[in-house]
Amino acid sequence: MAEGGKIDPMHQFEVQPLFGQGWEIAGYQIPFTNSAAWMAATLVVLGVFMLGGMKRELVPGRWQMAVEGFTGFITGMIDTNIGKEGRKFVPYVFSLFMFILFANLLGLLPTAAAGVHAFTVTSHITITGVLALVSFALVLIVGFARHGLHFFSLFVPHGTPTVMVPLIFLIELFSFMFRPISLGLRLFVAMTAGHILLKVLAGFVINGSAGGIATLAIVSIPSFILMIGISMLEILVAGIQAYVFALLTSLYLNDAINLH
Amino acid sequence: MDAEAAKLLGAGLAAIGVGMAALGVGNVFGSFLESALRNPAAADGQQGRLFIGFAAAELLGLLAFVVAMILLFVA
Repeated sequence: MAEGGKIDPMHQFEVQPLFGQGWEIAGYQIPFTNSAAWMAATLVVLGVFMLGGMKRELVPGRWQMAVEGFTGFITGMIDTNIGKEGRKFVPYVFSLFMFILFANLLGLLPTAAAGVHAFTVTSHITITGVLALVSFALVLIVGFARHGLHFFSLFVPHGTPTVMVPLIFLIELFSFMFRPISLGLRLFVAMTAGHILLKVLAGFVINGSAGGIATLAIVSIPSFILMIGISMLEILVAGIQAYVFALLTSLYLNDAINLH
Repeated sequence: MDAEAAKLLGAGLAAIGVGMAALGVGNVFGSFLESALRNPAAADGQQGRLFIGFAAAELLGLLAFVVAMILLFVA
């Protein structure tokens, strides 16, 4: 019989140093970890994808069409959500969307077949939190630079009765301050939950197949079929979460640019 | 009650919240589809709002998941 529960679904999220154990800044160790390696890999894949498609040919090939599809998608999203003034934020939102999308998809690759343990950088709140804080800081900078202290009118919607202003202000302020938390948390939890689910199902498949023909038929094969379905769902979630992150960033930018 | 058992029970109860979020997400997409079939021409323009609603409904389920994870691994 298999020793049940030997497969630890949380092991995949461990950050391990690859090299540079001796490096440190102000007493903190800063080795080059597998997380950093996968972020670098994401950037390389993204760079190759973009450079291969930025040929500016009059009759675009397939690759250029793929890249133009992505840029057109983000530009359209910014145009509908912010308007013409949002055009200068297209590069930022596009980079954010593509980085998250590629990091999500690279983390789903079955690289264990090649002996490399896949690591999803977006399954760590340190990374998604920093991305969310950058977006939030951009909203604050743009808002205060454009509107000055008038930016605070964001917290008091038009037509609020005077009696209600303090209460509404507090509620709106709280919902505003919760934005970076919800933005980072959503991406991090969605990726973490999916990967835990996949690993738990993989544990069922392995443990079931070790227990003989009966458990193989009852446990392993249904789990494996379910895993295929969940994998497809995870690819969908990887795209949706990247889209939602970019969409919410553009909505928050819209608040900062146009108030409301 | 044993503290460890209470943690596990709490984590299991938090899973109810994830199921409730499933209702919410299903409601978002179901209502969208219902009205999109009534007026297909206007459906494409509302896709952004569809995903905003999806994100808001989903977040609460994810928060329930975070509660479960905190109970199991942190608390």
